[in-house]
Amino acid sequence: MSIPVEQARVDAPLGTMLWLRNQMRNIAPFATLLCLVLFFSLASPSFPTLDNLANILTQISVTGIIAVGLTFVILCGEIDLSVAAVANATGIVVAYFTAQDSYVNIANMPLPGWAAILLGLASCAILGLVNAFGLTLVGIPSFIMTLAMMQIGAGISALLVRGQIAYAVPPVVSTLGSGSVGGVPWIVLLLGVFLLVAHVVLGYTRFGRYVYMVGGNREAAEYSGVNVKKILNAVLVISAVCAGVAGMVGVAHFGSAQQNEFDTYLLDSIAAVVVGGTSLFGGRGGIGNTIVGLCVLGVLNNGLDHVQIDSFLKILIRGLILLAALVINVYAQRLRDSEARTGG
Amino acid sequence: MSQSSTAPPALEMAGVTKSFGGVQALQGVDFVLQPGEIHGLVGENGAGKSTLMKIIAGVYSAGGGSMTVDGREVHFRSPRDAIAAGIGMVHQELSTVPDLTVAENVFLGKQPVDRAGFVSWSKMRSDARRQLADLGLKVDPRQRIGSLPIGLQQLIEIARVVFSGARIIILDEPTSALSPPEVELLFQVLRRLRAAGKSIVFISHFLDDILRISDTVTIFRNGRRVATSPAAAIGKGWVIEQMIGRGHADLEESYTGEIKLETKPAAPVVMRTEGLGFGRAFQDVTMDIRAGEVLGIYGFMGCGQIELARALFGKINPDRGRFIVGGKPRRLRNTAAAHRAGIAFVPESRRSMLFGQEPIYKNVSISILDRIAGVLLRPAVERKLAGRQVEALGIRPPNVEARLGALSGGNQQKVALAKWLNFPPDVLVLSEPTRGMDVGAKDDVVRIVRRLRDEGLAVVVMSTEPETVLSLADRILIMKKGEIVREFGDGTVTKDRLLEAA
Repeated sequence: MSIPVEQARVDAPLGTMLWLRNQMRNIAPFATLLCLVLFFSLASPSFPTLDNLANILTQISVTGIIAVGLTFVILCGEIDLSVAAVANATGIVVAYFTAQDSYVNIANMPLPGWAAILLGLASCAILGLVNAFGLTLVGIPSFIMTLAMMQIGAGISALLVRGQIAYAVPPVVSTLGSGSVGGVPWIVLLLGVFLLVAHVVLGYTRFGRYVYMVGGNREAAEYSGVNVKKILNAVLVISAVCAGVAGMVGVAHFGSAQQNEFDTYLLDSIAAVVVGGTSLFGGRGGIGNTIVGLCVLGVLNNGLDHVQIDSFLKILIRGLILLAALVINVYAQRLRDSEARTGG
Repeated sequence: MSQSSTAPPALEMAGVTKSFGGVQALQGVDFVLQPGEIHGLVGENGAGKSTLMKIIAGVYSAGGGSMTVDGREVHFRSPRDAIAAGIGMVHQELSTVPDLTVAENVFLGKQPVDRAGFVSWSKMRSDARRQLADLGLKVDPRQRIGSLPIGLQQLIEIARVVFSGARIIILDEPTSALSPPEVELLFQVLRRLRAAGKSIVFISHFLDDILRISDTVTIFRNGRRVATSPAAAIGKGWVIEQMIGRGHADLEESYTGEIKLETKPAAPVVMRTEGLGFGRAFQDVTMDIRAGEVLGIYGFMGCGQIELARALFGKINPDRGRFIVGGKPRRLRNTAAAHRAGIAFVPESRRSMLFGQEPIYKNVSISILDRIAGVLLRPAVERKLAGRQVEALGIRPPNVEARLGALSGGNQQKVALAKWLNFPPDVLVLSEPTRGMDVGAKDDVVRIVRRLRDEGLAVVVMSTEPETVLSLADRILIMKKGEIVREFGDGTVTKDRLLEAA
């Protein structure tokens, strides 16, 4: 990956130790990734192969597209717990408006493929807008607001499929989700595009700067004349739309659209962002971090399948890794805070 | 005072030093507090008096030097250690819990309990009533403390520190929120405490208060103790000279002399407020803000000026009245709208304006990105414009890549100003622009504000420190309990008249 993990800051008078401390949230996830790769490579000859690399990339792509949107939200110091539910609902909406085979017992409304895709995108954008409305206009904390949205998304999914399973999605979506070009799965390319665009937006646009500043010190952003609510609205819509796209291609990728299909993706995508070192308190981190976080999760999930290990133990190990990442995340924040205090 | 010469001092500090990230806040300070003494502590903001007190109270640990309490050497690792040694501190900001009763606040954290371990409410009330009466305070202990005047709340907070067994009591700016009768009440309380053998450190900007109540006065300047003297032997003029040194005529004038105000009634009104009101914070505020004039708004803490400043910048939306900006009514729905209307604001707390982890240039450019960048950022332009301000305002270090958090307070304040100066606004609202600054930085701020005014900006300065308003303003409004009660337009004004009016 050529995208740098948050460019090193030019802090001439700082010593090397201080620099290391500042960079801890970037270094620790990367070191974790290297250790995991090394461990699994030694433990299993089937792990360090090109085929398996392609496997890992495919396995992380749905999580990855969701995590891209979540990165924006977490950089602002907020959280979106509805991403998996929105992904699920969007995937089901697209399937609902696509002609299903006759044995599928769903009262669906077949529309042309482009219309189904547009309706899918519109519905996730609307769900994101509702989140934004709750957060900035009503003043509900994002944690609670998106928790409610999680239920709403699940409800929409349930109502549309009523316990049945749909299979057909528009051809474009189907290609993106399960096709490949020149041996590279489209879904991996799609993830690459999302990561690249998000990286450019966060690092090189005015909007991206506002996202970091709102996350770094919301009050200061407001006192600098930044329309903080507008930024928060935007990140919640971005998050929902990313989730929606992930939901559409995800349905194609899995080959079916049904209830509760994306449930595990909520934790995975949050974990990817946080394990990568993006601050839970906002203002620090970025797409580079999310990429590392995704790789850590992908390597871990995939690697544990390659070594002989109790599949129930896997869950525990994942939990422990997440806990370690959280400890580092909060510890790095504390270092930063204590430094800010001595400075101010 | 009647103490035997053999008794050790209640508190003695020798050669205490402290630095914050390269800034030397205290340089070899000696300080002696006798039992049964009221010891006044004065100095400009940033002179080191608060730092010293925080070391005594265990909030900071000293970088060097020694400290003894009642003749025994102590090393506090936390405020808890200091409290155990009998040291109590009352901070400038109230730390009472507004929704609890007076009695609950007095016994916060150590409620009397009965044998079964339940809180004994009746004992708590009667104890609170008796102990408050001992200090000369007549308050119903069942009242919710938030419903009492700020001054009384502060006295109750002092009472709490006393009841917790403190023998050395540190009061940081206890009179800034008090009305004159409340100050009298406070002084009565302090005298009773002195008679009971307690030692009191009294920090204040109000030199008259200091000279009136203290037995001994110590003066700080730039992290050093420059003088200690019996209060009876010194006058205000001498204290001021010790505090600020020589060669700061404007500042000295603001403490002592008559200030000649230079109102410009002919100057065009760039912004007008009509009948502005917000909850109970302020009511019926009507004022003209004129180009090329510095409008000072002075009032005690809690008089509503903090809220008024926020209303001018769209941070809070008044429920009554309207703004007229550039001749047209404008709704300032949020800070972005106020920014577009040509209004800029620097709040009293630097932290709420600045991004400590970001370099100087990002701090400066954030408020002008809409002018200098389209969709894509232009970092080169950001650095250039930030560099221009760094040079113009003399910000140290002169490096736009320097992390803001590493700058001194005065330089941070300059960065906060610099945010607005590349594209000067029509109205610049400054809340407490010199709070927490050393004399040199204050001079700089005064110079910058005057320059901006001369360039035709309308400047509004809000402060609870009379010196700040006096050293900057061309016209002064006095705010009291949320209302503008008086205007000092033409002619001269003194600090005393200002204080009297508020």
